[in-house]
Amino acid sequence: MNDPIIRTCDLRKVYRVGEVDVPALRGVNIEVAPAEFVSIVGPSGSGKSTLFHIIGALTPPTSGEVSVAGQDLSKLSDAERTRMRKRTVSFVFQKFNLLPNLTARENIAVARYIGGGEGQPGPEFEQVLRLLGIAGRLDHKPSALSGGEQQRIAIARAIVNKPAILLADEPTGNLDSENSQAVLSVLRDLNNRLGQTVLMITHNPEAAAYGHRTVHMRDGRLVEVTA
Amino acid sequence: MTGTLVLANLKHRPMRSFLSVLLIGVPVTLILALVGLTQGMLQDARERQRGAGADVDVRGSAAAGAVSFSGESLPQGYVDVIEKQPHVKAASGVGIHNIELPLVITGIDMPSWIRLNGGFQYISGGPFQGPDDMLVDELYAAQKKLHTGDYIDLMGHHWHICGIIKRGKFARIAVPLATLQDLESAAHHVNQILVRTDSPSNDRLVADELQRLMPDTKVFTMAEITALFSVSNISGVREFTVVIMVLGVVIGFLVVYLSMYMSVLQRTREIGILKSLGAGRGFILGIVELEAVLLAIGGTAIGVLMSFGVWWLIRTFVPASIPMIIVPGWWPIAGGITLFGALVGALYPGLSAASHDPIEALAYE
Repeated sequence: MNDPIIRTCDLRKVYRVGEVDVPALRGVNIEVAPAEFVSIVGPSGSGKSTLFHIIGALTPPTSGEVSVAGQDLSKLSDAERTRMRKRTVSFVFQKFNLLPNLTARENIAVARYIGGGEGQPGPEFEQVLRLLGIAGRLDHKPSALSGGEQQRIAIARAIVNKPAILLADEPTGNLDSENSQAVLSVLRDLNNRLGQTVLMITHNPEAAAYGHRTVHMRDGRLVEVTA
Repeated sequence: MTGTLVLANLKHRPMRSFLSVLLIGVPVTLILALVGLTQGMLQDARERQRGAGADVDVRGSAAAGAVSFSGESLPQGYVDVIEKQPHVKAASGVGIHNIELPLVITGIDMPSWIRLNGGFQYISGGPFQGPDDMLVDELYAAQKKLHTGDYIDLMGHHWHICGIIKRGKFARIAVPLATLQDLESAAHHVNQILVRTDSPSNDRLVADELQRLMPDTKVFTMAEITALFSVSNISGVREFTVVIMVLGVVIGFLVVYLSMYMSVLQRTREIGILKSLGAGRGFILGIVELEAVLLAIGGTAIGVLMSFGVWWLIRTFVPASIPMIIVPGWWPIAGGITLFGALVGALYPGLSAASHDPIEALAYE
């Protein structure tokens, strides 16, 4: 394996709920190579989302090491984690999470603006929009788009700043099978075409099969890796 | 892009935005109406004072100032004495009777009044023909819907409107001086003596000479009198204006605070989305503050428009009692006060939004 773009070592996260400590991750060790597409499966409460949130620099770990694109996230300040989210990692959520007041084009533009991008995205991005099949739907607000279209807009938004890592949290969870297949194909195509590292959480074994390998989690630990 | 985001937020909840702007506009209107009223009344009084055509004004020694007609009355005989002084072209004694402030009835001795300034300009009717005749200016006539030939009861007396005069010549309501003196039981006494000199360069000289001659009076040049018509010379107005301005800041603060607080609560998930995209605390605080700025600008614009509404209402219904004017110079001041209140009001909601935990915010339904 090349030098991993993501590496965790004995990664732990404990949430404090009232006066009770609730461990969400209990020592996770994982390495992901650049341009790898990894699916993470596991039952609810197994720690998948927490792992995503830590790798995505949304929250710091309680202990252990986590290195993303050469940066030790456990040592980053809040501002440094914010910078990480601008450029290095991006998210695709199950609920799409588009800004409802903005058109699809504006949703993408906001992400580009926050990420420090200036002007219009290059022709490469236009090609991606065509690949996503949303070039004609950019001036609509999310409420006027189907679930599949919204998710494809969310994917376009996630890659507009060319992040090294794309974190997809059950991206097909709210889609019918036809749209699910389309979204998964797009993710795999982007992974092939742009060489982005993709981590995808899913409950669906068929969806997981789109990845190069599948990691199984249970009770805050990795329990199995299948190719 | 921040502007697009903020405008989209404002458009997305039009009723909230409209009500916020309207409420922010209320103190702006209050401030502008108050300033318009005080400055309008002062300007009107100044213009009418100048309209008398006098250069020197003699008052009783207890007169508190230019905007006060209180003070002991002067013997009418002083008028003849004054008229005989060097450099004095004409002098006319007037009686003043307050009816409903700022309105007063002015007692006029028509022959000396005409010598002083050429007399009134008549829109209809003409000078006094009898002791119960009354002249009113066009503003008072409009306010009371009076016409030449009508009758009106004032001071417990039944007056006949003998003419409507053009505004701006000292008196808004004029009656024969002798009748007013009778009604006030002040025969042969006047409240002011208006004096015209032969040259503006002699105003000071005449004023000083009259003061020496009549030490029991207060003598002002007209320049001194008109200079005294300022907000600082009317007790309480400056303080009241400050109170209204503070009220403006407080209302602006509260409206924006509540509006933005609710808005931030409603947009918790959107804040989480922005944070997941890499938006920092400054960016989030910036969009909340920018939204407050836009609300304050909108509120100022609405407030200015509403002040025109107040002006129109006053001009239509009570033009003589409350001569309000529009004071554009105060628009930026009122806007600044509102903006300050709005920026401070948005600070806590903005900081609260900026410190949202992105994971909790994204999970918010």
